[in-house]
Amino acid sequence: MFYREAGDFKTSYVDDNQTFPIKFDRYRYYFVLFIAFAIIPLMINSYWVKAIFLPFLIYSIAAIGLNILVGYCGQVSLGTGGFMAVGAYAVYKLMTAFPEINILFHVLIAGGITSIVGVLFGLPSLRIKGFYLAVATLAAQFFLVWLFNRVPWFYNYSASGQISAPERTIFGIAVTGPNTQSWATYMFCLVFLTFCAIIARNLTRGAVGRKWMAIRDMDIAAEIIGVNPLSAKMTAFAVSSFFIGIAGALFFAVYLGAVEVGEVFGINKSFLVLFMIIIGGLGSIFGSFAGAAFLVLLPVFLKNFLVGALGWPTDLAAHLEFMIVGGLIVVFLIAEPHGLAQLWRVAKEKLRLWPFPY
Amino acid sequence: MKKTFITAAVAGLLAAAPAMAELTFTALSYRTGPYAANGIPFADGYQDYFTLLNERDGGIGGEKVNLLECETGYNTEKGVECYEATKGQGALVYQPLSTGITYQLIPKATADGIPVHSMGYGRTSAKNGEVFRNIFNYPANYWDGASVAIKHLLDVNDGSLEGKKIALVYHNSAYGKEPIRTLEEAAKKHGFELSLLPVDHPGQEQKSQWLQIRREKPDFVLMWGWGVMNQVAIQEAVNIRFPMENFIGIWWSGSENDVLPAGDKANGYKALTFHNVGMDFPVFDDIQKHVVDSGKAAGAGDQIGTALYNRGLYAAMLAAEAAKTAQEIHGVAAITPAQMRDGMENLVIDEPKMASLGLPGFGPSFSVSCQNHGGDGMVAVSQWDASAKSWGLITEFAQSDQDILNPLIDEDSAAFAAENAITPGCN
Repeated sequence: MFYREAGDFKTSYVDDNQTFPIKFDRYRYYFVLFIAFAIIPLMINSYWVKAIFLPFLIYSIAAIGLNILVGYCGQVSLGTGGFMAVGAYAVYKLMTAFPEINILFHVLIAGGITSIVGVLFGLPSLRIKGFYLAVATLAAQFFLVWLFNRVPWFYNYSASGQISAPERTIFGIAVTGPNTQSWATYMFCLVFLTFCAIIARNLTRGAVGRKWMAIRDMDIAAEIIGVNPLSAKMTAFAVSSFFIGIAGALFFAVYLGAVEVGEVFGINKSFLVLFMIIIGGLGSIFGSFAGAAFLVLLPVFLKNFLVGALGWPTDLAAHLEFMIVGGLIVVFLIAEPHGLAQLWRVAKEKLRLWPFPY
Repeated sequence: MKKTFITAAVAGLLAAAPAMAELTFTALSYRTGPYAANGIPFADGYQDYFTLLNERDGGIGGEKVNLLECETGYNTEKGVECYEATKGQGALVYQPLSTGITYQLIPKATADGIPVHSMGYGRTSAKNGEVFRNIFNYPANYWDGASVAIKHLLDVNDGSLEGKKIALVYHNSAYGKEPIRTLEEAAKKHGFELSLLPVDHPGQEQKSQWLQIRREKPDFVLMWGWGVMNQVAIQEAVNIRFPMENFIGIWWSGSENDVLPAGDKANGYKALTFHNVGMDFPVFDDIQKHVVDSGKAAGAGDQIGTALYNRGLYAAMLAAEAAKTAQEIHGVAAITPAQMRDGMENLVIDEPKMASLGLPGFGPSFSVSCQNHGGDGMVAVSQWDASAKSWGLITEFAQSDQDILNPLIDEDSAAFAAENAITPGCN
């Protein structure tokens, strides 16, 4: 009944190749965009923004970035936390060195700097694969965190080694610093997420994305049919790190405001983002959203439910939360190894025929 | 996406619990995670004191205390979530017990007009109340601690540290880096040699640091550690047979949890403290009667009288006294966070007041003012007696070297004021 393509005739190639060829899907997409851009900013308060929406939006960007590298190009990376740190420290240095330039450009340039660093650490991927590459990127994680802790230039020689975001505005509206409006920070991150998601979606549908997938599926065969592994792998590292850098910059400047590299961008962050894309679905943009939502919202929901509604002790709730989230991850991966995105695809297939399946 | 919104909606609804009409305090505690061993006793002490006030006195000034506990796991992101979740419910003061979360909250709480009390942690230059209007760190801060540690070493060395070597083993984070500046200044002044040995979170691996200590043979070791790092460091010091009486920890490295694993060998280990230790205070009888016996003790109830429990108790006592002061100033029982801030700024703690609270001689006398949010920096040294399994004070409360600290505080707070376009002043 839903998701039917019957009667939905395309009369041009452009129509035929659009991202959401099924009418219902397309309208649903517009509907979600409408809610996200026009409804939510009007009714949002600081708890919703700080505890739910900002982490969700920012982790989604990071998950999209990592998904390009791991899900589409097949290069396992454990350096996400380190690359996010590069984005955060780049935007901090830019914000403090060039206060007159708009923060929007700072975030984009921070993404660019991260992509250069990402390419540098991606070079070993030309010689090593799989688990060995994961270990090489793990080195990047530890090296970068150590670097930002060790060299005082990165944190402007502050006594504590913390970096904190000064107030910066767009069109006169503060988006960083303590005096921000909830909707402003939300919109700022949402614009970046929409921008990243559209770019990522279209890259993966085009020639670049097909090269990545060819490399992922079998690199020798890909080379034989004319895919240059150097350019394919390096573009994957560059694009992926660009998104992760943006995520790191927003994470520091908009969401947390003050950051200590070892605690915020440690190895745990790398694993968290990796789990997001594994649970959400490797090689799927929707999966990045679903995975980020699952790992950001579920703990908050469980905490509020167990402590707020049931009145349990906080430590018991915190321990139980680990067990429930862990248990659900296992259940989901057994039920559907390809992640939440695959569940969604299956549901769509079923809905096409519902209520009269053959 | 749809599922996302539904989940978010449910989470938000559940978060918006009804606001209470009582005095709301928050405990951003951590009973889980790598620092839980230290977080639990502090949280228990904090909670038990408020339970005692509710049970014995019917609250503060006739208003019941509503304590909201929120688990942070020493994690900044969870700390942000806890802050946002509790601030809407009228929280009067935040005591995050984490330097990282304190740094987060300094700008936010200032913008929201809620005071933060970082007792013995956080940003040291918050002592300058003209810049940090909403941040308090009385009765002592890390720079006081570092300074008094040096003072104690001067005392045991007949007044001279010339040519001595002192090593600082520190948690490689904002917290651990705090004393470095003070120690560098003190090294210049007293002519000792300072070496820095950072330990990365969470601090289970310290072999190389202690190997270096064994090689360099410093005369004294200072430690800024927290959680499992303390236990490991003390054990490593035992392993290399470092004389324990030459090993001094900051107050966060001076709990029973830290020394017990090393057994008898930890005997003589010293730690700084800004409050008294042990259970020889009348308030503990009240806690036994009103809290423990009625089954209302927080947590497992097995932490009463430990060093960190006492510190949590002390923190709660200072918060309650500040609330009382605020009630007196403004003449209302149900105070707001802004009034609480006034109460903290006018807080006076003296011996008669402490005695009337059942805590005679528990901590130094001090008074807070707009210029000085940090008290007088009175710190004592305690020593571990492994056979009796107890801490005991071995010095009086001594004041830190204000000649070194005041210029540093002025410099750091001026930098913060410039960064954030704050005009220092008391209005």
